[in-house]
Amino acid sequence: MRKWDLEFTVGLFLIAGIICLSYLSIKLGRMEVFGAKGYDIHAFFSNSGGLKNGSSVMIAGVEVGRIKSISLEDYQALVVMSIAEGIEIQEDAIASIKTRGLIGERFVEISPGGGERIIPPGGRLRETQPPIDFEQLVSKYVFGTLE
Amino acid sequence: MDLVRKLGESAIKALFRLGRMGIFLAKAFAFSVTPPVKLSLLIKQIQFIGFQSISVIFLTGAFTGMVLGYQGFNTLSRFGSDAFLGPMVGLSLIKEMGPVISALMVTGRAGSSITAEIGIMRISEQIDALELMGLNPYRYLIVPRLLAAIVCLPLLTAIFDVIGIFGGYLIGVKMLGLSSGVYFGEMVSYVEMGDILEGLIKSLNFGVIIAWVCCFKGFHTGFYTGFGAEGVSKATTQAVVLSSVLILVWDYFLTSTRIFL
Repeated sequence: MRKWDLEFTVGLFLIAGIICLSYLSIKLGRMEVFGAKGYDIHAFFSNSGGLKNGSSVMIAGVEVGRIKSISLEDYQALVVMSIAEGIEIQEDAIASIKTRGLIGERFVEISPGGGERIIPPGGRLRETQPPIDFEQLVSKYVFGTLE
Repeated sequence: MDLVRKLGESAIKALFRLGRMGIFLAKAFAFSVTPPVKLSLLIKQIQFIGFQSISVIFLTGAFTGMVLGYQGFNTLSRFGSDAFLGPMVGLSLIKEMGPVISALMVTGRAGSSITAEIGIMRISEQIDALELMGLNPYRYLIVPRLLAAIVCLPLLTAIFDVIGIFGGYLIGVKMLGLSSGVYFGEMVSYVEMGDILEGLIKSLNFGVIIAWVCCFKGFHTGFYTGFGAEGVSKATTQAVVLSSVLILVWDYFLTSTRIFL
C-alpha cells in the first residue's frame, strides 16, 4: 500500500506539473503542438517595424493566421504568413501593418480584394502598406509640412 | 604580522572550501550520468521535493499572483493603462517571481531537511558505514536528490506560474472589474515562448543550486561545523542561507548576461 501511495503521489505531481507546463507553452507561448493546418503566403513590406514572429494576421478583425518569419531581401522586409486552411485571399487583396490602439502591438490586416484569382499556397501578396509612422506624422504636423 | 597570517590562512581555507564544493558538484554530475541510477530512491525524492511542496507552492503562488494583481492594477490605473494588467502579472510571474520564489520555498521546505538528514547520517557515521560496505554514498544519497531537484523545480515553477496567473485573474477581474477577455487576451499577445523558456532555464539552474548546496553542507557536516547536534543545526542554517543568497545572485547573473538563454 505504501509503495502504491508513493507511486500515485509522484504520478499526480508529475501530471500536475506537465499540465501546467503545457498550459503555459500552448496558451501563452503559442506553441503549435499538432502542426496547425494552413498554408504560407509571402509579402514584401518597405517597413515591417514592430512586427514579430507570431503576430496576428487579421481579416475584418478576425484572426486568420500568424506571422511565421520576417527576413530581409533586396532591402525589403519579406514577411511569411501562415494562413488557416479554408481562408481564401484574392490576388488583389491589400496587406497593411496596423497598431492596436495607440501603443498596442502591431499586426497585419488584410483587406480582401475583388478579384477572381486566389493566391495559391506559397504565393505572393503584391499590394502592401507599411505602418503609419506616428512620429513622422507628428513632426510633419508640428513643423507644418502636412498638406 | 599576525593579522596578515590570519587573513592569508582564512583566504586559503575559503579557496579549499570552494574547490571542495566544485569537486562535489562535478562528482555528483558524473555519478548521475553514469548507470546505475537508483530509481526507487529517485522516485522517493521526487515525492519528497516535488509532491510535498505542492501545498506551499500553491499558497505562495496564489498570494503572489493576487498581490501582483492588486498592486499592478493600482499602479497601472494611475496611467490609465490597466488593460496591461495581464501582461504585467504574466511576465513578472513567468520570468522572475515564479522561478525565484518557488526556489526559495523549496530551499526552506526541502533543502533544510536534506541537509539535516544527510548531516545526521554523517555524524552518526552512517555514511562511513556505507563506504565500509563498499557502497558509493554519492549514488545512494546525492544523485537521487540532485536529479529529483532538477526534475521537480521546473514543474513546481510551472504550477506556481499558473496558480499565480489565476490569482491575478481573481483579483483583477473578479474583484476590481477588469474584463476577463482583456486580462487573458493581452497576456497571450505579450508573453512569448522565449519568456517561458527563460523561466524554465532559471528554475533548472536553481534546482541544481539547491541540491548542490544542501547536499554539500549535509555531506560535510563534521568538517566545518563540528560534530554533534550543534554541527547539524549550523550546517542546516548555512545551507539555507547560502543557497538562498546563491539563488538571488545567480538569478541576477542569468538575467543580465543571458548565458543560457
